[in-house]
Amino acid sequence: MELIITSYCKIKRNTIYLEGNKIISSNSENPSYFFAEAYKTLELNYPKFHKMDMLSKLGFLATETLLSIPKAFGTEFLLRNNLNQISIILSNHSSSLDTDRIYQKSISNKDQYLPSPATFVYTLPNIVIGEIAIKHKITGENAFFVSEKFDAELLVNYTQELFKEANTNAAICGWVDYDDANYEAFIYLVEKATDSIKNANFKALNQTLLNQLFL
Amino acid sequence: MEIFTSYHHIISPLGFNSEENYSAVLANKLGVKKINFGKLNNLFCLSVFSEENLNTVSQEINNSHLFTKLEKLSIFSIQQVLNKSAVSLTDKKTLLIYSTTKGNIDLFENQLPNLISKKRMYLSTMANEIGNYFGAVNKPLVVSNACISGLLSIIIAKRFISSGQFDNVIVCGGDLVSEFTVSGFKSFNALSVNPCKPFDAKRDGINLGEAVATILITKNKNLKTNSSMNIVNGASANDANHISGPSRNADGLVQAIQNTLKNNSEIKIDFINAHGTATPYNDEMESVAFERAALSEIPANSFKGYYGHTLGAAGVLETILSIEAARHGQIIKSAGFETSGVSGKMNVVKEYKTQTINSILKTASGFGGCNAAALFVR
Repeated sequence: MELIITSYCKIKRNTIYLEGNKIISSNSENPSYFFAEAYKTLELNYPKFHKMDMLSKLGFLATETLLSIPKAFGTEFLLRNNLNQISIILSNHSSSLDTDRIYQKSISNKDQYLPSPATFVYTLPNIVIGEIAIKHKITGENAFFVSEKFDAELLVNYTQELFKEANTNAAICGWVDYDDANYEAFIYLVEKATDSIKNANFKALNQTLLNQLFL
Repeated sequence: MEIFTSYHHIISPLGFNSEENYSAVLANKLGVKKINFGKLNNLFCLSVFSEENLNTVSQEINNSHLFTKLEKLSIFSIQQVLNKSAVSLTDKKTLLIYSTTKGNIDLFENQLPNLISKKRMYLSTMANEIGNYFGAVNKPLVVSNACISGLLSIIIAKRFISSGQFDNVIVCGGDLVSEFTVSGFKSFNALSVNPCKPFDAKRDGINLGEAVATILITKNKNLKTNSSMNIVNGASANDANHISGPSRNADGLVQAIQNTLKNNSEIKIDFINAHGTATPYNDEMESVAFERAALSEIPANSFKGYYGHTLGAAGVLETILSIEAARHGQIIKSAGFETSGVSGKMNVVKEYKTQTINSILKTASGFGGCNAAALFVR
């Protein structure tokens, strides 16, 4: 079975790249402002976005870039794959540590002891998977891996195994890391190379390609 | 290809190996106790290690001053499985998967011991320290997927063996009870002040517990033990409904169970080890899922009444106890359960009984809308 990457998105240093092309760029050094600007530019109109922590916002923006620009591509991706057969496999280095620090601050002072359930729920890295799943009603397999660096071998092997098991027909995969205002997201879509989509300019999924696209 | 469970080990406040832990639950001993915890001047019902427990563990580890509490417990547990199986992490075909939600989260609260850097709060750094202790040649892989982490790690282990990349996977799950998690679950009003009562009409929340559990997953027939069970299949699925509340119609768990049982209809399930956290919504959702999946008559239990919710350890811990129950042909009663308080029909086990168990369905669900199921057969 041949697997192909049908689209990919990268977010780093105040810039969003879709398939290598810069589509949104900002002078804002503050990630909160940049994410808010990007949300506006992408015309996402999804108020839940504002409640998310930074890790979820980052993963959400990258996925929405893939599925909303151009809208036709995202719509097709979601239509040609059953929503219960789309898997979401993400990874990062910092888990939810950035939000953990914010939550910890809220409980470190006994006189201003204000633990918030709305913050606590984001102290798990897989919540970003939940946010993406909820937006598009995607109910397939989930996994969140934590590794020192982007691990192309891990992601390729695991994705291939999932497709072999037949409950997976497409996957949203990649890296989404947010740590103390440093951030990087690389999300790509994997599908089977069927006749109908084979002839387009898609790339076969393999480690070398992933490492190239990640850079 | 047959991929099966092999040697295993549990360290918890109820015992220092799998046998002690199994005997404890068979004798209806509860790890959860009402205690004062941390700076929060409140009584909580928790299952935590004593200082004495930790000292015993430290004595078994070389240079124990170089390791955090969770690292020591994990090294202790992994060591037992490596010793018994003679599998080595220096082998290129052996992988360590570490399942955790919060890792060394206690480093936020406690003064950092000498020689331990704040970097150890990064889960991969922590896992590398554990791997390095055993000379691991492959970087350990961390799975952090909320409360399904442990069961999902076992399913992932099977997939990596099935792909040919590895022959053996050591799955270690561990989490601590910390002010971080206690205050967080309290802010959700999700903590019970009494021993928790999964699936019961009077259930009013979870207890938190700490434990580390390790299990070897392998395809090497020489590593078959008298408790080994084949991992026939496993699956995860997302509710796509809410990040902190389970789906009312249990769609995600139903999908995970159906994908697990698909193509295995000839296997009669003898026993279900459910997630059963004892929150009103979670247990209700699970009961709906079991009824929808036509599993209402099968004896089911939750181990949370004994250990509390051990987060990243739970799936591994509960799988080990379930396969030990199968080996002994015993059904362990669901601690804390008297009268059903869920709308879906379930056969929650109230009394210990002797029964042949050839197959087990294990399930888990967690924040982020995630669900997992796996089928084990003797």
